[in-house]
Amino acid sequence: MNIDAIIESWPLYAEGAWTSVQLMALSVVSGGLVAVPLALARVSHRAWLWAPVACFTWIFRGTPLLVQLFLIYYGAAQFDWIRESAAWPWLSSAWFCAVLAFALNTCAYTTEIVAGALRTTARGEIEAARSLGMSRLTVTRRILLPSALRRALPAYSNEVVMMLHSTSLASVVTLLDLTGAAREVNSRYFVPFEAFITAAGCYLLLTFALLAMFRRAERHWMRHLAPRGG
Amino acid sequence: MLQAYLPSLLEGLRLTLWLAFLALALAMVFGLAGAAAKSGRSPALRRAATVYTTVIRGVPDLVLMLLVFYGGQTVVNAVSARWGCDACIDIDAFTAGVLTLGFIFGAYLTETFRGAILAIPSGQAEAARAFGMTAWQVMHRIVVPQMVRLALPGFTNNWLVLLKSTALVSVIGLNDMMNRASQAAGATREPFTFYLAAGALYLAITSVSVVVLRRVERRYALGVAKAAQ
Repeated sequence: MNIDAIIESWPLYAEGAWTSVQLMALSVVSGGLVAVPLALARVSHRAWLWAPVACFTWIFRGTPLLVQLFLIYYGAAQFDWIRESAAWPWLSSAWFCAVLAFALNTCAYTTEIVAGALRTTARGEIEAARSLGMSRLTVTRRILLPSALRRALPAYSNEVVMMLHSTSLASVVTLLDLTGAAREVNSRYFVPFEAFITAAGCYLLLTFALLAMFRRAERHWMRHLAPRGG
Repeated sequence: MLQAYLPSLLEGLRLTLWLAFLALALAMVFGLAGAAAKSGRSPALRRAATVYTTVIRGVPDLVLMLLVFYGGQTVVNAVSARWGCDACIDIDAFTAGVLTLGFIFGAYLTETFRGAILAIPSGQAEAARAFGMTAWQVMHRIVVPQMVRLALPGFTNNWLVLLKSTALVSVIGLNDMMNRASQAAGATREPFTFYLAAGALYLAITSVSVVVLRRVERRYALGVAKAAQ
């Protein structure tokens, strides 16, 4: 065991962990915000609304994230018109491509999670709101979304943890995230076991922190669904 | 361009499927053992299984894969040096992939199988015990036949994630479909074409898996009345 190499490179790990957390937060927030309207479209009865969304989630949930990341990061360079466009400075940056790929991916999963929660809304709740004279938009805003988003929380916490783990792919496109830091330490000191175990430990801690946050959120937002007494 | 490299991609697809099937077989062994340990009576086994599922599900697949591929080799070298064995065992990318994916998805399947066992009313096992069946008989006559139906939806999910995770093994140099797509992309300077082709093939196998497994699910659910919707 070579602990010194690990202790010596702790700034690298700290920086990597910060990069991982940033990648996760950016993609989860942007993907999550887009997922809510998409989920509403997904449960719509109009084919021109639900069909494109269903197609989007089918493609992004049916292919590996690594393929999606490579398609965006390496694939975009194949076309001259993209390289000459104003978007090129963005699309040639590994950071932007990683966030874009992660955000699209988590958006697809979150859309299906929220759509599933929307579908389980009790019919009576909506009928009651409609009979009180609320418009469709008001029903969505006041009744449908607040209860569905609460019910989606447990499944969503899984998705966020998955996303944290998925950010490890950023190391494949040269970013120095937590996994990238471990690979760097390994190539510098040749201590593969220690380097990757340390990274694994950091991910485990981050995962526990996330789960603790979600447990608090669930206690707060889902109190009405908790078992009574006790 | 795509046509010239398609045979190579399909060859890679074969390796990808082999990897996925072998990893799944290993994961089933780990999953059943883990579920048995978790719902068994021994506290030590229960704790060990809990540590297994918690740690594995808390760490990214890629990190575990790099740990096994690079770290595992140093351990194997150290062990074989101590035993004075010169014929050093090489951990190749395929072995590392099967071992790691099997170990990781064993943890996910443990939870799937455990959930299925818990969903079977304990009165059934008790009744079977009261009839004088041994623990083994209760398991394979009462619990397992019902477990299949209850575990299938989770199993489908785990299998799909496993299929997609095999792409990660290309990072440690396995010549799978993803790796071959990268090679073709580099050689032809048409990365979009080849990653799109690889993506389409992955989408095809995940979609076929869903169709087949849904059919199996329906078959095993025949005896259960579906709630009117």
